[in-house]
Amino acid sequence: MSKRTVHFKIYRYDPDKDEKPYMQDISVELEPSDKKLLDALVRLRAKDDSMSFRRSCREGVCGSDAMNINGKNGLACLTDIDSLEQPVTLRPLPGLPVIRDLIVDMTQFFKQYHSIKPYLVNNDPPPERERLQSPEDREELNGLYECILCACCSTSCPSFWWNPDKFVGPAGLLAAYRFLADTRDQDTGARLDNLEDPYRLFRCHTIMNCVDVCPKGLNPTRAIGKIKDMMVRRAI
Amino acid sequence: MNVAKRTFDAVIVGAGGAGLRAALQLSEAGLKTAVLTKVFPTRSHTVAAQGGVAASLGNSTEDNWHWHMYDTVKGSDWLGDQDAIEFMCKKANEVVIELEHYGMPFDRTDNGKIYQRPFGGHSMNYGQAPVMRSCAAADRTGHAMLHALYQRNVRANTQFFVEWMALDLIRDADGDVLGVTAMEMETGEVSIFHAKATVFATGGAGRIYYSSTNAFINTGDGVGMAARAGIPLEDMEFWQFHPTGVAGAGVLITEGVRGEGGILRNASGERFMERYAPNLKDLASRDVVSRAMTTEINEGRGCGPDKDHVLLDITHLSPDTIMKRLPGIREIAIQFAGVDPIKAPIPVVPTCHYQMGGIPTNYKGQVVVPKDGNPNSPVAGFYAAGECACASVHGANRLGTNSLLDLLVFGKSAGETVVEDFQSGQLKLKPLPADAADVSLARLARLDGQTNGESVFDVGLEMRRTMQKHAGVFRFDNLLKEGVQKIGEVAERAKRTEIKDKSKVWNVARMEALELDNLIEVARATMVSAEARKESRGAHVRDDAPDTAENPNGRDDANWLKHTLWYSEGNRLDYKPVNLKPLSDDVEPIALAKRTY
Repeated sequence: MSKRTVHFKIYRYDPDKDEKPYMQDISVELEPSDKKLLDALVRLRAKDDSMSFRRSCREGVCGSDAMNINGKNGLACLTDIDSLEQPVTLRPLPGLPVIRDLIVDMTQFFKQYHSIKPYLVNNDPPPERERLQSPEDREELNGLYECILCACCSTSCPSFWWNPDKFVGPAGLLAAYRFLADTRDQDTGARLDNLEDPYRLFRCHTIMNCVDVCPKGLNPTRAIGKIKDMMVRRAI
Repeated sequence: MNVAKRTFDAVIVGAGGAGLRAALQLSEAGLKTAVLTKVFPTRSHTVAAQGGVAASLGNSTEDNWHWHMYDTVKGSDWLGDQDAIEFMCKKANEVVIELEHYGMPFDRTDNGKIYQRPFGGHSMNYGQAPVMRSCAAADRTGHAMLHALYQRNVRANTQFFVEWMALDLIRDADGDVLGVTAMEMETGEVSIFHAKATVFATGGAGRIYYSSTNAFINTGDGVGMAARAGIPLEDMEFWQFHPTGVAGAGVLITEGVRGEGGILRNASGERFMERYAPNLKDLASRDVVSRAMTTEINEGRGCGPDKDHVLLDITHLSPDTIMKRLPGIREIAIQFAGVDPIKAPIPVVPTCHYQMGGIPTNYKGQVVVPKDGNPNSPVAGFYAAGECACASVHGANRLGTNSLLDLLVFGKSAGETVVEDFQSGQLKLKPLPADAADVSLARLARLDGQTNGESVFDVGLEMRRTMQKHAGVFRFDNLLKEGVQKIGEVAERAKRTEIKDKSKVWNVARMEALELDNLIEVARATMVSAEARKESRGAHVRDDAPDTAENPNGRDDANWLKHTLWYSEGNRLDYKPVNLKPLSDDVEPIALAKRTY
């Protein structure tokens, strides 16, 4: 592969010096080994060290480099640069306050995650050995526990945009179901009570943007549906 | 600059596996604890661990901790301290079971127990056959573990300072540790965290190398801070090159792939590990496999147009096994190597992965330094655990799955020691020296005022290239000598780095410049320690220390069975004895022997 140039339009805002945000046109020449959007952004930073974004593992497991890429949320480290239409338009994740450039304030997102009590509750005295769980029961957690908390899903969800303080959002609800589905957890009743509310669970209108953008291929909408089923089942 | 002061019983720096495990201990004991972390906890690099955590649960094959201890000592090429190794292997079942009780989604055996798979260097009955010891959650064990530990800390109401970067260690005239200075990323403000106990759990510094499996954040911050504050660094010449990084990209492919039956092949399709390790073959320990691969490539048997990699083949496994046990690896291979491993082998090369050395500690997690004739005198108020620390359980080469075990056992142990020292009244809040923040403020002022300096990117690149070329899988005397000089020059250049971005708000450039200061300490320590060690041992293999009858595998126990200690000031080296005596009187020491697999 020969050297190639990529053109970007990037949302820039530094509250220390900018009165308001603006879109910057900028290009960068890539090395043949640069394959992912993150490689290009690192290249850009070498040219302009004020370009700010979060990044860490560069392999799609830490969830740091979520951003809005040509109108769709995704991880920079898992996005092939050559697959993107140019100019590549990069914006911070929608719906959360911007701290600087592509860095958003994720307080509200984590607040919702914490609100579902994201930890196993089991009040029996811990046995000497592991609590047993059949492979089939363990399989129920697949597609749930792999969430990397990147926030691509919640920040693509119109219901979360409107009510980020009241609607738990797809990431938090996926986590809620991860514990509801765990045979070792004993807090089912309280977990469902916690979500039985016109906003916390029921603002999901199955728009399914979350499923569309999840970089790990997870399906929060299905998990939300299963929580709703559990609500119905306990009501009858 | 205005420096706020915050006071705590304890401050923990780092919220990966070791930091979170320590935090749990302190929070549950009711200590007022601050956990500083430069990334949100679940973004720490523990998240990227794949294959498993070692514990001799014996769920699928017979096992016991004595066998695990033997494997770990042998894996360390006898440089590991046998008291700490005994402690770790004995505690393994307890900490893994605890994690299961916290909710960690381990895979399961048919009878509902934790699933275990074979892993490199782990054996049954003192080296006889592979054992199933690695407790796994598919190939996402680190992710599952880190999230479970974070979740348990949410339950324990641990106080996190997220996106705060620790800058410097604070010591007083007695050498006691009083806390750290730290910068809040969002505002650029510097604070002093004044505490009775300071625990470092800052991870490794794999980013000193050009080709690394490590995350961008793995910049050895705690190791650098400790070195600048006069604490020696132990055994820094020992770096693990993981056999299977994706060629070109560096992304990790777990050893669990070989645990599930994967095979390494050269250009002619030969399973070459049979020649190097007739017994354990592809599951020999990592240093052995990485050297074998490098030899194959160097002798012209590499694959691809440039003959620069070998192939990791799992096409003979059933698609079901791959989808169930190695789903993350399949994603990585498709994403970063462009191959679906169900259909085609994955191109791999040895890639820098893990720092065996670090801040010297004992098995209780106390930081220890030579003082008044005692080579292991605890530094009051200072503790460390995980990859940043050197207990030393990994010695000259770490076994796969022992890193996740290390951070659980020693994270917990450091936490327990802090709680004991706190409750016994031994820990005091000593007064801060007047100049407690001066070093940090001077570093920041230097960066703000620097003109005509070099970019952090350029100096960092030069460091990474120098390390890669001069201190790689095989080591040569002339390259090491040249490397010492070159890395010294790079360190001088790092003192004049310039950043264009002067913003107070989330300044990545400033963070990277400060991280480079830490990386440079680690790079210097590595090169100087490696140049000095005139033998081959574990991951440190010199061409002028070959295999002889007197020195098996080039290992020279008469002269070099000792830990290196490197001091930043003056680039000075010192040494201390290896502890060959286990913790318990009734445990037999593992006698020195030639390592073969």
